[in-house]
Amino acid sequence: MPTGRLAVWWIIASEIVIFGGLLASYVMYRLAHDAFAEQAAHTNTWIGAFNTFVLLTSSLSAVLAHQAADAGDGPKAARLLQYTMGGGLIFITVKAFEWTSEIQHGFTIASNTFWSFYYTAAGIHAAHVIAGVVIMGFVANTARRNLELQRVELIGLYWHFVDIVWIFLFPLLYIAK
Amino acid sequence: MFTGMALAIVGGFFSYVFRMQMAFPGMNVPGWGLVTPADYNMLVTNHGAIMIFWVAMPVLIAAFGNYLIPLMIGADDMVFPKINRLSYQIFLLSAVVLFVSFFVDGGGSAGAWTMYPPLMSKDEYSLTGTGSSVFLVAIALEFVAFLLGGINFVTTAMNARAPGMRYQDIPIVVWMIVIATVVFMASVGPLVAGAIMMLFDQQLGTAFFDPNRGGDPILWQHLFWFFGHPEVYVVLLPATGITAEIITVFSRKKLFAYMTVVNTAIATGILSFLVWAHHQFVAGIDPRMANIFTVTTLIISIPVAEMMFVYIATLYGGSITLATPMLWALGFIFTFLIGGVTGIFLGASGADIYLHDTYFVLAHFHYTFFPIAIIGAFAGITFWFPKMFGRHMNETLGKIHFWGTFFGFNELFIPLFITGVLGDHRRIFDYSNFPELTTPMMDGMRQFATISLIVMLGFQLVFLYNFLTSLVWGRKAEKNPWLANTLEWTTDSPPPHGNWPELPTVYRGPYEYSVPDRKDDFWPQNVPS
Repeated sequence: MPTGRLAVWWIIASEIVIFGGLLASYVMYRLAHDAFAEQAAHTNTWIGAFNTFVLLTSSLSAVLAHQAADAGDGPKAARLLQYTMGGGLIFITVKAFEWTSEIQHGFTIASNTFWSFYYTAAGIHAAHVIAGVVIMGFVANTARRNLELQRVELIGLYWHFVDIVWIFLFPLLYIAK
Repeated sequence: MFTGMALAIVGGFFSYVFRMQMAFPGMNVPGWGLVTPADYNMLVTNHGAIMIFWVAMPVLIAAFGNYLIPLMIGADDMVFPKINRLSYQIFLLSAVVLFVSFFVDGGGSAGAWTMYPPLMSKDEYSLTGTGSSVFLVAIALEFVAFLLGGINFVTTAMNARAPGMRYQDIPIVVWMIVIATVVFMASVGPLVAGAIMMLFDQQLGTAFFDPNRGGDPILWQHLFWFFGHPEVYVVLLPATGITAEIITVFSRKKLFAYMTVVNTAIATGILSFLVWAHHQFVAGIDPRMANIFTVTTLIISIPVAEMMFVYIATLYGGSITLATPMLWALGFIFTFLIGGVTGIFLGASGADIYLHDTYFVLAHFHYTFFPIAIIGAFAGITFWFPKMFGRHMNETLGKIHFWGTFFGFNELFIPLFITGVLGDHRRIFDYSNFPELTTPMMDGMRQFATISLIVMLGFQLVFLYNFLTSLVWGRKAEKNPWLANTLEWTTDSPPPHGNWPELPTVYRGPYEYSVPDRKDDFWPQNVPS
């Protein structure tokens, strides 16, 4: 396996255990406290679903960018990566509005354990989305000049990982009521 | 390595201060002054944290890993030199942040190195306030540094081996460092998550670990020990690897059952994930769970014991030279065996309930961690010093240092096994309040232990003197002073930039010593048949 890809897989492996620890703790609490369901009822499933849709769609352009990079078309890969970045930005913007509204309704990180988990888990995930968008900016910038095209695949792998984490977060935080 | 050694001095100094308080309660400790209960808690907390996170890990894994992996697998450098540098810089930053924690309002963290809530999560219990939060940030930075470094280690060992080097030709210490790195990467995540939760509990008012508001302090123990117990094996494996290299070189024999050791190490790594709850036998876990964890804990002693038997079998019938590195390697086996055997008592939940948090436990884990971290490091430093700096260390001073440390250590901790069984509990500031624990015998043993510590610390000055003077005036070292087989001995001492003018080709395994019908009793990996 090429060294870069191997390293990214190792990064993903170490990230999985971080989210794993957090989500395992959440699941244990969720099973022990029925009150979580009541609290989870205050989250907005439609907004969560919309964001899920945006994030998953953004992975499509990441895959297409990888394909373009494989074909040696750097500028096209860069353009496609920009669509992915756009998806990430929409995700973060929607999340900002969502959180603002929730905090205005009095659900803060210190309200109770459910909301502590909600903001912590989604917050760490959002930090990964932001980091991904920033790194993707650098990758797109070099790819546009047909340089370091292998990086397109690497950032794509990371982006899919961020997606998959959200696939776990969405049902756990929004749907399991 | 130098950073780790500097921090070892700080950690060692802390242990001197609180041991003085243990032996002579209420006295003005030279170099510190009067030890208050808050000081005491801060000192034991940071002694533990520094020694494990800022000494054992950086020296055994980061320093030896960075140095040895490329040299022993025949690569010109790590595959990501920039990540390597970044990892060191973040590590240095984490040490700076740790020092900052001593000077913020309320002083350094005093919630014990295990950081149990509510002691750690609530300021009113540990009385340190901001110090605890800064401490958590330091720990988090340190983990980031190790995750970055770890990615580099594993990727390098997998992808940058010299032509001809198969997996079964990789020297054992590289195997051990790589397995340890993987165990670290797979175990640290829950603690990172837990540290974030703890930080939020302290600073943002969340209640992850506060039972009054729906949290659970036991959750922290699970998150901590899910990392904390594998961590023992994370530092153990490199130390056993170093020992293996030294034993085979200085007994001029093939390492007994090389692939078995590798497989055993992998088994240890996997099993290490299944033992963490033996730290919670007294925390009110289900007795059926306790039984399961008793069994897994006892099972893990099998592969570890097997490694020790392999080393003894390698020694058997060998032509042994008692050079300083070899003394350290043998000292490792001796002390670690005591650590392992006393661990059996603690692994069994019945015995552990009585012995939990006594000085027996403390002596047990020092008997495992000291050989792993300190003896392992000295073994490695004295063995590879000629390669690292192109000069020899002074053998006589090396032996004086070994024997002083070895006896000092045993005299320090054997009495503590006894005081522990007799009832001395950990983390007690002053035993004067407990008449039954202040008999002349108990006081005498505590004082004996403390004096042994001071003697042992004094012998470290011999090492420092030897190390520093040998750097400048030591006898010049040739390429391969120990007549060893592994690749690092085939380049100049110290190795030039890029390690070799031309990458070596590997023809055989690393431990072909005393092969019949060969003129030399060693057969370097890069010499064609």
